[in-house]
Order: sequence, then structure tokens, then C-alpha cells
Amino acid sequence: MSPELRIEIAGENALIIYFAEQANAEVAAKVQQAQLLIRKTMSNDIIDLIPSYTSMLVVFDLLKVNHQQVANQLRMLLKNLQIYHDTQGALIELPVYYAIESGPDLNVIAKHANLPVEQIITIHQQQEYRVYAIGFAPGFAYLGEVDERIAMPRLSTPRMKVPKGAVAIADRQTAIYPSTSPGGWNIIGQCPVEMFTANKIPTMPVQVGDRVKFKAICKEQFFALGGVLGTTYE
Amino acid sequence: MNSRINSTLVKPTINLGFIVKRAGVLSLIQDEGRYGAFNLGLTNGGPIDKLAFHWANRLCSNELNVSAIEVSVGGFAIIAQVDTVIAVTGAKMPLTINGQVKELWRSYEVKAGDLIELGYTNVGVRSYFAVAGGFDITPSFGSSATVCREGIGGLKGTKLAVNDILACAVTTKAKLIKLAKQDQPKYCNEVLLRIIPSYQHHHFSPQQKKLFFSSEYKVGKSCDRMGYRLAGQKISCDIEGILSEGICHGAVQIPNDGQPIVLLNDRQTIGGYPKIGSVISIDTAKLGQLAQGGKIRFEAISMEKARKLILRDLKLFNQTQVISLNVYF
Repeated sequence: MSPELRIEIAGENALIIYFAEQANAEVAAKVQQAQLLIRKTMSNDIIDLIPSYTSMLVVFDLLKVNHQQVANQLRMLLKNLQIYHDTQGALIELPVYYAIESGPDLNVIAKHANLPVEQIITIHQQQEYRVYAIGFAPGFAYLGEVDERIAMPRLSTPRMKVPKGAVAIADRQTAIYPSTSPGGWNIIGQCPVEMFTANKIPTMPVQVGDRVKFKAICKEQFFALGGVLGTTYE
Repeated sequence: MNSRINSTLVKPTINLGFIVKRAGVLSLIQDEGRYGAFNLGLTNGGPIDKLAFHWANRLCSNELNVSAIEVSVGGFAIIAQVDTVIAVTGAKMPLTINGQVKELWRSYEVKAGDLIELGYTNVGVRSYFAVAGGFDITPSFGSSATVCREGIGGLKGTKLAVNDILACAVTTKAKLIKLAKQDQPKYCNEVLLRIIPSYQHHHFSPQQKKLFFSSEYKVGKSCDRMGYRLAGQKISCDIEGILSEGICHGAVQIPNDGQPIVLLNDRQTIGGYPKIGSVISIDTAKLGQLAQGGKIRFEAISMEKARKLILRDLKLFNQTQVISLNVYF
């Protein structure tokens, strides 16, 4: 068991496992590996799991087991948690139409970074991101880490409406809005891929621990892939 | 399921059950909640007052987890399209059937055409309207629980609206039962919330914890199915935020303004505010029956004690005898 691994109480039927203090790709892979292991071997006693940056919430069936039993099982199970290369998460490529009309904050980021817009777009595509967590809204995946040069704080006043598919940056994280919603992230483009489809299997193209790369597409390709240009309201 | 919809050979089923006449403030289809979809960012939903929900189903001789309606505040009216059995439990909303005053916490036979009305609550916030066999709602991700914020569950991911039709089975010769007055949960304007210190509780100094556990809080104006914001003694934490992590039901978040938020069924699944502990589910059910201005105190208990209390309440529920009102069986 890695020295940093801690298991603590969360609630009446929940424990939380902390894998590390800082989020990084290796920790994300560890969280994913642990999730697979727990789902595979403890499904009788476990109600649900919430994997996140450096932790995993484990909700168990209080009528079947108590927290000490679950904690012991988890310790045993995760004692020899190893990261194998083939379990490092799938690599998913997502197309993005980067342009001022689809990315109203490109100019602001360019100014903030003191770089041309084209380079912001290039830098965003160069990085291989990890899905650190899914939450906020159904299908909203937090991806890290954004290159420091194009990191950008959230808008001081969130927008009332961010279009579905908006690709955005907040500090060193990037994400795709799975549906139209309010939001305070800086929008740099739009992705035509559905990030959450309720009646489809899989519901989402990515899961926690997966790797994501973005690839620029032109407007025609964006439309051909089913993209709809959204409007943004301040 | 899709093949049935696409097939032209099968006539569409005419769904009958109940038709909503007045939707009220917030009326939602709920079953026990959605489990197993946290990894997609989907929260639990489900009844805020699980005990009252279970009683409503039990009074209709149902499995405890079938779909019922959670009526918040009141102003709800519905017309039966079939003969069946109903029961209403929870907050004290005046119940009438065809204008006749009826009791909560008991089952009634209703006939097609009967009008069932729930007025505005006197005490408590949420009541539960159950029907024999439960409402027949197509589950999303394994549950019918409506979470409006996610647009998931219920008939179309939203609260009930006028003319919504809620299908259910026809029931005749049903068993009618009631829960004795002394066994009915009491709702009042003051609640003690027992809390298991957990998560970042060690980031709150002994002085801050003492303040938290000795102060009285009031339910603020922002209280809904996501969470109850409380107003009162400010509590400070020695950290401002944490890396976003999974939030369990009942977790008490202390944001930078120092005012606690108790997170409930429709909470976001992950969040980055420090948490001082988690309120046990027996007590979140009572909290969810408080309206703005309701008074709250906290008491720390151990995980072992929490488990004992929950199992004791469950046993009590199972052992409580109901009063039979007819002799069909």
C-alpha cells in the first residue's frame, strides 16, 4: 500500500479513500484502477463510488457491513495496488472547432497570456489531459492539466448561458459543457461530440482516469459531425 | 423497449392512473433514489423524508421503494382515472377526497373520477402520496427519482405539471390500514441534528467545534432538495478549500462565509468546500420537514452510535403494527 493512502469516515454509510495530496496523472490512474478493483470484488456490499482527483468516496450497504469491515476489505484490496501500463485509461480524441465565433474568450486568454490566438489553440491541443473527476452536472468531466501558459481564472461573473459542447478553461482545468447551462469558465471552442446521452451505452465517451486529446476541426467538419453553433449570453 | 415503440403491430397502450389537476409548488415523482450513477455525475434524488415515504407505501401494501409523489408545501390536486387505493403521509397538509376531509397516515379506496386535494401545509414541508402498486414510471438509470437540476427522472425530468398522467394499476378489494396516532412521526419547528465528525473536521479548531455544537442555527431562505443553508454562528476552518471530492448524503459544508450547508438528496456529487461532518439520515429527514426559520442544533455522535440508531429505527418501523380497517383478508 502506498504510504499516502488513507481511509477515513465520511458519513453513516460512507468512507473516503485518499490516495495522495496532489492530483496528477499517476494518481488519476490509481483512482481508476482502485475503482475497477472495488467494483469487481466488493459489489455485494458497495452501493456506489465517487472517484475524484485524489480520492474516492465509497458508499456501502449499512445493513450488510459496518465501516470497519469495509475499511479492512479496502485496505486488503488496495495493499498491492499497482499501475499497469494497459490500465492507464483509454485515449480519447475529441474534435474541437476553435474560432472566435465558437470561442468568445479566445481573445481574452490571448491577451492574458500575451500570445497570439493561434498559439492558444495549438497549446490547448498539445497536452494529453486526464479525466480527474465527473460532476457539477451530468457528464461534466474535469480535465487536467492545462498548460500554465494558457491557464485562465474563471470569469468574475458567470454567464447565464453557456452553449452545449462549449470547450472551456478554468485555471489549469479544461472541460466540455455537456448541455446548455450557466457557467463561469472561459470558452475557447465547441465540440460536436455528445458528452452525455441518457439512453445510450456508454452514456459518456470518457470516464474518470481516461486520457483525452483535442484535435482542431474546421467549421464544415464541425457541422458534418452534428455540431450546432451555440450562442453565449453574458 | 425501443422495439415496442417502433413496432407498428402493437397498439399503443393507453396509460391510465391519475391526472394532475393542480401541480402545487413542487410535486415530484420519487422512488428510493438513484444509485450506481455517481460516476456519470448523477446524484441520488429520492424522498427527503424517507420514513414518511416508506409509510405511504406501506399503507398501500406496497414494496417500500416504489414510485410515489413527494408534494412540497402543498396546493396539489389530482383526479383518479381508475379504482385504486391511496395513502398520504408526512407534512400536515389538509387532505380531501371529493371535498370530504380525510386523515393522513391511512389508506383510502378511490374510484375513477374522484378528486383528491392536498391543501397548504400547517406543519412540515413534504408529504407523500402513494398509490397501490406504485406509479408506473419508466426508470432512468435505474430509478424514477426526479432531479430537476439534471433533467432526469419522473415523466420528463421535470416537476409535475397540470394534465400529467401518472399510470398505475387498477386495484379492487384492497386492504385498508392506518397508522395509530401515537406511532405517527411528529413534526415541529425545532430539530436536533446528530452528526458524525468526518471529512475535514480536524481542520476546525476545538474552539470552532465548540461554537458549532453549542450554537443554534436557523434554516435560511435558501433551502431546497439540494441542501439547507443555515444562518447563525459563523464557523471558520483553517483551510479555504480542498480538491473536489465525493460528497455523501448529509455532509455539512462550511463555505468561506462560515454558514453551514447541510447537503441533501439532490446535492452535487463532488465539491471543494471543507466539511465538518455528516448528519445521519434519520435526522436529515426531519431537517427536510423544516421551513425557513426552523431552529437547529447539532450533536456529535460516533459512527457506531449512528449505526445503532439507524438499525434501531429500522427495527421500530418493521415492528410497528398497523390497524386494519376492513376484513377482506
